[in-house]
Amino acid sequence: MPLIAYANPSRFLSLTERVLPWLVGATAIAFGVGLYQAFWVAPEDYQQGATVRIMFIHVPAAWLGMVCWTVMSVSALGTLVWRHPLADVALKTAAPLGAAFTFVCLVTGSLWGRPMWGTYWVWDARLTSVLVLFLMYLGLIALWRTMEDPTRAGRAAAILTLVGAVNLPIIKFSVEWWNTLHQKASVLRLGGPTIDPTILVPLLIMAIAFTLLFVTLHAAAMRNEILRRRVRTLRLRQAHAAQGA
Amino acid sequence: MDLGPHATFIVAAYAVASAVVLTLIAWVIIDYRAQCRLLAELERRGITRKSVPLSET
Repeated sequence: MPLIAYANPSRFLSLTERVLPWLVGATAIAFGVGLYQAFWVAPEDYQQGATVRIMFIHVPAAWLGMVCWTVMSVSALGTLVWRHPLADVALKTAAPLGAAFTFVCLVTGSLWGRPMWGTYWVWDARLTSVLVLFLMYLGLIALWRTMEDPTRAGRAAAILTLVGAVNLPIIKFSVEWWNTLHQKASVLRLGGPTIDPTILVPLLIMAIAFTLLFVTLHAAAMRNEILRRRVRTLRLRQAHAAQGA
Repeated sequence: MDLGPHATFIVAAYAVASAVVLTLIAWVIIDYRAQCRLLAELERRGITRKSVPLSET
């Protein structure tokens, strides 16, 4: 069966029913291995000391905050160009997850910054652009709540999502374009990572764990949203029937 | 395992991340149960998906 066939809500529901238990298991195992590596295998950093352990959640959360908006941007194209109902569902359900990951990124970054920089917050380009990303997530969630018709809300949200995608390269390259307190890229960069493998490996395992968590939660949230729309449809039918009687 | 002089910050960071992740998991589970309950209730009243237009999902 071609992959596009699963872009049917009913098929998607049966697929998630089969795949979700495996995703939950894989996520739990990845977190188990990642946390063990982060606390019992990875050494302390020669400059940061034990606070480097905050990086094992801060960096993956930051990546996922941006990945979520990327997924939403692709979904937005699916909504606007192909008007596919599942694209709309994917967009709507990724927003709260993206907001949560970005929130974790901001809070853990602050908690790392206080002992390392001597401050919880500075208005530098990287921190400010990530804060803007978080506010955009909240704006998008608010937009969904202001419109009752999911089709109209979906189109408005898709346009806002595509406009907001401009912020992604700003976040990524903010540390290159401006003079920031935040350090430059040390993993995803030309010339390869600058982090020692003893710290890089646990970081990548935690990144895999966070990605699996996102995929699991997104699939489950999409399933819930499809069911919510079915409930809405049935209620409309009920109201129609009551009017006709 | 010694978390050094900044243990409070490390523990706080992991506590916040855990709280957020657990909240997301709880949200997904509670929402799923609620939607299943609502669907079952409607179907019990004889309102089913048959003859519902496909576009309404």
